Amino acid sequence: MSRSLLPAEARRGLRDVAPILLGVAPFALVAGATAVDAGLSPLQAAGLSVIVFAGASQLAAIELLGDNAELLVVLATGVVINLRMLMYSASIAPHFRPFRSRWKALCSYVLTDQAYALSVTRYTGTDDLDSTARRQYYLAVAGSLWVVWQLCSLVGIVVGARVPPAWGLEFAVPLVFLSLLVPATTSWPKLVAAAVGGGVAVAGAALSVPLNLGLIAGGTAGVVAGVLADGRLPSDGDDADGGAH
Amino acid sequence: MATEYGPATVWGVMIALGVATFGIRASFVHLFGRIDEVPDRVTNALRFVPPAVFAALTLPAIVAPEGAIAIVGNERVAAAVVAAAVAWFVDDILATILAGMAAFWALRFGF
Repeated sequence: MSRSLLPAEARRGLRDVAPILLGVAPFALVAGATAVDAGLSPLQAAGLSVIVFAGASQLAAIELLGDNAELLVVLATGVVINLRMLMYSASIAPHFRPFRSRWKALCSYVLTDQAYALSVTRYTGTDDLDSTARRQYYLAVAGSLWVVWQLCSLVGIVVGARVPPAWGLEFAVPLVFLSLLVPATTSWPKLVAAAVGGGVAVAGAALSVPLNLGLIAGGTAGVVAGVLADGRLPSDGDDADGGAH
Repeated sequence: MATEYGPATVWGVMIALGVATFGIRASFVHLFGRIDEVPDRVTNALRFVPPAVFAALTLPAIVAPEGAIAIVGNERVAAAVVAAAVAWFVDDILATILAGMAAFWALRFGF
């Protein structure tokens, strides 16, 4: 093995995140191109991408600004769409606890669906990651998502380029969560949490519930259902490692 | 559609949204560093965040990509079944995505 400049956990993070970048790239292209279409200057479009760094809320803010909606509506909509990150913050917080404040701030800034999902899966799969290794893994994953998001946004802003929608590259993103869902469902209570969470979210989509509220309701309902099922359904004892924190 | 808001207003909204989003992201990361002991009931409940959220992120994009529930004639459902099988037996993200996308394209374009 050749010596590497990168620590082992950072390399592992890069390897794990690589396929996800494929699905994130077209989303960023569209976000960049749409911002310019909505009348934002290239600098503003790039600024939005750096300052907010949350795709769904960026697209909503862009659309509402383009429609000249009330500023409070623009803000409230973007905030509500990002409320799901409260769940990620709470779930990942115990793993970040030993970090110094500045690292916590940086890690918080780059917290996304994908960075949360990969990192919490990595952390609960093993007991022997010290806090430095956890941070290296997280920043490799979240940092590369940030870099690819910003670069592809820029391409979208400058070129207005779009990947042909028929390719369905964005389908790679739910596949990532699917590949994490399967190993995360290690007990009956967790299966209940997944079934309720997914079912409520699908109902939300079918009923066209706005503002990502279907996702938030699904996550919340799933956690409640899992807690209620816990103790009533067998956990097979394999929950011990999954509940490291 | 093009915004009629001036540059200062647009920047103001963007910065406010950015600050609020950062606050949401940092909320519990900051809070859990300040309180001594996180209650057992909370840590117990947090174990269920990954399965609940992963399913809530996944299922709508597969069975209702356009908003309405679509099972018949929806390539994503069959592709997701293939991907889930790969995830179950191989447990590798790259392999899962490649298998899922390959199945999706095969069904959509009929290679």
